[in-house]
Amino acid sequence: MTVVVYDGSFEGLLTAVFEVYEYKLPQPFIAREAATTGSLFGETHIVITNAEKCNRVYQKLKAIVSAKTIKQLYDSYLSEIKEIENVLLRFIQYALQSNFTIENDYTNADVLLIQQTSKKVNREKHRMKAFVRFQLTKDQLYYCIIQPDYNVLPLIGKHFKERYADQRWLIYDGLRKYGLYYNGQTLAEVQMHFEADLNNEKNLATLHDEKEELYQQLWKQYFSSVNIQARKNMKLHIRHMPKRYWRYLVEKQ
Amino acid sequence: MSDRITEKLSILADAAKYDVSCASSGSDRKNNNNGLGNASNGICHAYTEDGRCVSLLKILLTNHCIFDCAYCVSRKSNDIKRAAFTVQEVVDLTINFYRRNYIEGLFLSSGIFKNADYTMERLVSVAKKLRTEHKFNGYIHLKTIPGASDELVKEAGLWADRLSINVEMPTEKSLALLAPDKNRADMLKPMQFLKDAIIQNKEEKKLFASTPMFAPAGQSTQMVIGATPETDLEILYLANGFYKKFNMRRVYYSGYVPISNDNRLPAIGTPVPMIRENRLYQADWLMRFYGFKVQEIVNRENPLLDTDIDPKLSWALRNLQLFPVDINKAGYEVIVRIPGIGIQSAQKICAARKFRRLNSSHLQKLGIAYNRAKYFINSDTDFEKKDWQPGQIKSFILKEGNSKYEANFSPQLKLF
Repeated sequence: MTVVVYDGSFEGLLTAVFEVYEYKLPQPFIAREAATTGSLFGETHIVITNAEKCNRVYQKLKAIVSAKTIKQLYDSYLSEIKEIENVLLRFIQYALQSNFTIENDYTNADVLLIQQTSKKVNREKHRMKAFVRFQLTKDQLYYCIIQPDYNVLPLIGKHFKERYADQRWLIYDGLRKYGLYYNGQTLAEVQMHFEADLNNEKNLATLHDEKEELYQQLWKQYFSSVNIQARKNMKLHIRHMPKRYWRYLVEKQ
Repeated sequence: MSDRITEKLSILADAAKYDVSCASSGSDRKNNNNGLGNASNGICHAYTEDGRCVSLLKILLTNHCIFDCAYCVSRKSNDIKRAAFTVQEVVDLTINFYRRNYIEGLFLSSGIFKNADYTMERLVSVAKKLRTEHKFNGYIHLKTIPGASDELVKEAGLWADRLSINVEMPTEKSLALLAPDKNRADMLKPMQFLKDAIIQNKEEKKLFASTPMFAPAGQSTQMVIGATPETDLEILYLANGFYKKFNMRRVYYSGYVPISNDNRLPAIGTPVPMIRENRLYQADWLMRFYGFKVQEIVNRENPLLDTDIDPKLSWALRNLQLFPVDINKAGYEVIVRIPGIGIQSAQKICAARKFRRLNSSHLQKLGIAYNRAKYFINSDTDFEKKDWQPGQIKSFILKEGNSKYEANFSPQLKLF
């Protein structure tokens, strides 16, 4: 077995796929840097991300599968689930081997898994569009800290940029330690380190705009007023708003 | 100041919550003016403890009302706290909630004060202010007040994404009994007007791209069920008529929540007919997405939907001569009618079978409800086909699952 180590980026992953073919690596097993512990009995092949190799794979994919499927492969990569890289590799190998299009062959385990994983990632993306709750600071920045199950920030930037085109906002992924910042004109990925005491919600509250507290209060009031007690159904409530998301929902505080 | 607005919000949200429409999709309003928001998504931002989606800020402008509809909390004779928002208060709430990503937009309704036109004018002015002064492109759903003039309804359509007029009761007889101030003609007239205006706008849009949008998310309506003795047949035929005749985007069914000791209505404490409501929505989906005709779902022999099984399964059990279906050969429109197979599964089946013959293990992995579907399909020989009777199949399927409604399952109206 050859452990093929890449840097964790999508470009790196496509480069890895390229090199599996380029070097005819026997029994390739792709793993990201952080996740590798080194294989006891096999070889290790280190991939250095290469734009040209990545592009070759991308162009080939474009020729043999639809844009929708390429998006599904990208979504699956963002899931970061264990060994998804190898599902992607097998998917691409299967697509290359076949002289017909295989993307709807749901009886193939890898094809089905890519489709299902993409669906999960998109569900999480949709949840983030729904559950982000901005808080307004004194200097008129709308911010929100989230911890999504999958790395969905790259998928939600466009939505928030189009919607909140006239306000400055920041969505920060507290697990993956990076965020999206929109300054009213352009959208950028930002790395930042909150001071230790700023990580605490209470301390963040001291930075709030004077009206922030009022609108949070009003929203909570609204949320409880629209509930119909006679129809109470907590099971359904929790199915739609799983508890792990409650920490960033104003109305559940 | 903040206490007063909180109190108003609690009163006017509480009074608006029995309107069940929550959709914020179906529009295509874009943020082209570097303003705030867009309305092309349909996102549920929260869910209340009763499991219903919160997508829009749904409030009444006021709960003062000159009408006395027995089923309504805001009826004139009800002794409750009354309140009214100013136009500016509604605008501020909408904008500030929207900027924080709490909502997709505004759903504004109102009790009727003075007269229909006076009320409608206030609703329209909120929408106009949001669109013109605040460059707000989020979703706006306005209630059309029955009896409002065509000019006002037309203006409402220019600012709102969706308009709705509630038909309230499934029959005119019930309406006359419970809402003596209202009449059906006042409801149907604006529906017809809106339908024609929407079609006309679409035609103009084809000729001139600059034609302003007119209610791009169409119109919807709602009826209260379980407050009066109508059968599901009457309800679904009426709904079908709305879809066919008025191009309604949605018909909502609102299970009556007892709020009054009026002896014309189910007593307080009577369970909300949630299961019946659920079955009506399932039937509604069958009509809109699964290619079912209304008379296949309910008819003179079967005027009531089964409560213990869903309407697609009941249809299949009544029509066993059409089964089993060969999953590898039948057309999509036949496969989508098999109990346990939804739209997405049917599409997957049709795509996947081009590669190889599908057997039962393939089907299970695709995510269909195989334990339900197996009685109706013929894919390979590993499931022994017997000539089951409809009643047997039903009892097998019921034994496998517990209805999520069993606890609050009661089809009976409690009258005292």
